[in-house]
Amino acid sequence: MEQLGDKKLEIKGNTREKKTIKDIVLDILSKYSMIFILIAILIAFQLLTDGILWRPLNITNLILQNSHILVLAVGMLLVILLGDVDLSVGSVVAFVGASSAVMMVQWQWPPFVAIIVSLLIGGLIGAWNGFWISYIGIPAFIVTLAGLLSFRGLTQVILGGTTLAPFPVAFTKLSSGYIPDFFGEGGLHITSILIGLLLSLLAVWNMWKVRKRKKDNLFEVESVVWFATKVAIMFVAIMLLTFVLASYQGYPVILILVAVLVMIYGFLTTKTTIGRQVYATGGNRKAAELSGVKTKKLTFWIFVNMGVMAALSGLLVASRLNAATPNAGNGFELDAIAAVYIGGASASGGIGTILGAVIGGLIMGILNNGMSIMGVGIDWQQAIKGLILLLAVAFDIYSRKRKAT
Amino acid sequence: MSDIILEMKNITKDFSGVKALNNVNLKVKKGEIHALCGENGAGKSTLMKVLSGVYPFGEYTGDIIYNGEVCEFKSISGSEQKGVVIIHQELALIPYLSIKENIFLGNEQSKKGIIDWNLTEKKASNLLKTVGLAVSPNTLVTQLGVGQQQLVEIAKAFSKDVQLLILDEPTAALNEEDSKNLLELMKEFKKQGITSIIISHKLNEITEVADNVTIIRDGKSIETLTNEQIDENRIIKGMVGRDLTNRYPDRKPDIGQKIFEVKNWTVHHPIDTKRKVNDNIDFYINAGEIVGIAGLMGAGRTEFAMSLFGKSYGHGISGQIIKDGKEIKINNVSDAIKNRIAYLSEDRKNYGLNLLQDIKENITIASLSKIAAQGVIDKEKEIIEAEKYRDNMRIKTKDIYQNVASLSGGNQQKVVLGKWLMSEPDILFLDEPTRGIDVGAKFEIYSIIEQMAREGKAICIISSELPEILGMCDRIYTMNEGRFTGNITKNEATQENLMKLMTAEEAMI
Repeated sequence: MEQLGDKKLEIKGNTREKKTIKDIVLDILSKYSMIFILIAILIAFQLLTDGILWRPLNITNLILQNSHILVLAVGMLLVILLGDVDLSVGSVVAFVGASSAVMMVQWQWPPFVAIIVSLLIGGLIGAWNGFWISYIGIPAFIVTLAGLLSFRGLTQVILGGTTLAPFPVAFTKLSSGYIPDFFGEGGLHITSILIGLLLSLLAVWNMWKVRKRKKDNLFEVESVVWFATKVAIMFVAIMLLTFVLASYQGYPVILILVAVLVMIYGFLTTKTTIGRQVYATGGNRKAAELSGVKTKKLTFWIFVNMGVMAALSGLLVASRLNAATPNAGNGFELDAIAAVYIGGASASGGIGTILGAVIGGLIMGILNNGMSIMGVGIDWQQAIKGLILLLAVAFDIYSRKRKAT
Repeated sequence: MSDIILEMKNITKDFSGVKALNNVNLKVKKGEIHALCGENGAGKSTLMKVLSGVYPFGEYTGDIIYNGEVCEFKSISGSEQKGVVIIHQELALIPYLSIKENIFLGNEQSKKGIIDWNLTEKKASNLLKTVGLAVSPNTLVTQLGVGQQQLVEIAKAFSKDVQLLILDEPTAALNEEDSKNLLELMKEFKKQGITSIIISHKLNEITEVADNVTIIRDGKSIETLTNEQIDENRIIKGMVGRDLTNRYPDRKPDIGQKIFEVKNWTVHHPIDTKRKVNDNIDFYINAGEIVGIAGLMGAGRTEFAMSLFGKSYGHGISGQIIKDGKEIKINNVSDAIKNRIAYLSEDRKNYGLNLLQDIKENITIASLSKIAAQGVIDKEKEIIEAEKYRDNMRIKTKDIYQNVASLSGGNQQKVVLGKWLMSEPDILFLDEPTRGIDVGAKFEIYSIIEQMAREGKAICIISSELPEILGMCDRIYTMNEGRFTGNITKNEATQENLMKLMTAEEAMI
């Protein structure tokens, strides 16, 4: 019987080599489906907004306005990979924003100290959630729903129902500062272009190094043409974005921050034992436990991390609005969760990527931005975003099914 | 023989080509207690599912003649209407409903859709009296012990005017006293003229209550023993009686020193914390030795291995673990792995594999520290390691990037074996290592196990298949109701005396 199975495999392998062009295109489409959706949306809005979308000012605004969601989505991805969810992050955003305002506006603490303390507060809130979830065994949905209510309430207690403002100027630079141009001649932001060039060359070099090491160890590598295409696309994408940004004020500080976070968490999920254990736990908690993964401890720390990310997001929001308001972060948890799902994560855990979550966040952001430029009302924006979420996930499930058969 | 209530004639039932039942015949007299005996997987439960309509008419061939008429049950409710009620091994009560609600579930005492709670309660308390359960019908089922829950199930059966009561392993989860009560109750029913069919592995119970015993082996009805023929040895002979062909690899054991020992191991049930699942077990194993643990379902074998493996099961665990002459403490799974102990679960899909991940990731998950430096995984090293175990385990796939969900049972099991071999264990507990695996792949798994023993690893096989135990093991422990009842060498062991030890009340070493 096993023998028979073997033959079947061989036949399958053969047919796989004789793929038609249509199959190849469909394969690439489904493997990089989220990137294609992102590109399609970029092009669609570029046309619909008569070219306003890609104007340097607008792209810069797009980044400034959505970074907090990307930060939340990165943290949320890890939580969702475990098969859990965190509904409290929107309220934590408000709570941390309010606490930081108390520290900086009322108590006149230096921003640097206030930022550190705020991140610690976020970590403590995460530890609080994580404790009930992993050591007491209450479902994450319930614990964080309680958090959603409590921290919103506490925010109002701290602020006394009013708004605290303004923050020290240095703090507002966190969300609205730019990399200074050392070759300040006006026009193109030369420093940013140099940084962009350096970054893209670094990325290319890294890709080439990985490929070479694989080859040296006699592993299979992708064809030269395909490798070159990938490198070229990445190079062009980074440089295009760099030029657009450079023709306004250059790289925003926050873009660098988000990029570094994405790289760190991308590395964490794909290259480290912790990342592997998160995927294993989300895929089958009992099997992971019986393979020596300390799933309770892992869950606890993932929630601590989520708390810190929510705090960072809260600081970004407070800094951008230059005020702490009781209603800050309302509904952010849903935006973050939607971004993660649009990015191809599975609600039951074990499937999803950082890149996917970031692309999901960008898709949401571009939808917001594009529709606002077009003058679509908030009401219709909500409705359309809901529909896009549904369609994106439906497409993902469809392409996964196609791959399975 | 006009007093036959049930006759099943030439019943054949197959599952995608595999005959689970092959021309089975069964005759049950009115008012008797009829026992069905056979090894695990012989087809007893399948036969009862055919009778009760779980497998509806059309999915099997043959006739069911009940009360003189040919019946074609299309569903469970069809058979229940005629008074045939089955109580399954796994209880089907809803824990957070009360006893009365459970008894009348799907059969609510109602008028125009409105439940008459007074009538319900009255009837329920009468039924509870019948089965001798002295609790209020308003008690939640979750507050009852397993034995009491069993009685509620029986009360539920009686609410449907039962004529033929089928009990599938009713005492498997019960302690001695509850079992005794249940058997007494069955005798009481017999006096009232109710016919019962009981499936049980506990031969002492069968000899106590059964009037006739039908033996099933490999999906065929072998014989029916009548009253005066019933005795444990006779039943065992009927259940076993199969030739052992050469289905196991050659083995020339090279047994070394004692490397692992367990003393006074006692484990309690995690929920019913007073019940001892393992009772004062002493166990040892030598390097290069294959030891078997034979026992019937529910004997406590899996619980023994899992409680040793980082306390993955149980409550109030006590006892000593000695490895290489030194006492060690194992509090969690990673301690166990560090102490070079591995446990392969009987439930491959739920406890063994991550079906979302590929072969490579499943093989390396228990040994990530071996392929990582400072917490960063060396992907190349991972691939080399995974390839090595794919080779060693002879996993038949195109590459190691294939999702494990798409593999055959045999290949999946090899992936799990590969995972545990990569953790470089000294002792492996293999729980039902060939469950759900084709005959051809079984031999390969056996060969891998034999090879591991030859390399000096100590291997403990837990299996419900006696031929497998006899074919593979150098020494065999037998287990019954949480205790070890025997410890015999391969040469002393036969299916008959193993079966006897497995059903023995006390240690017979």
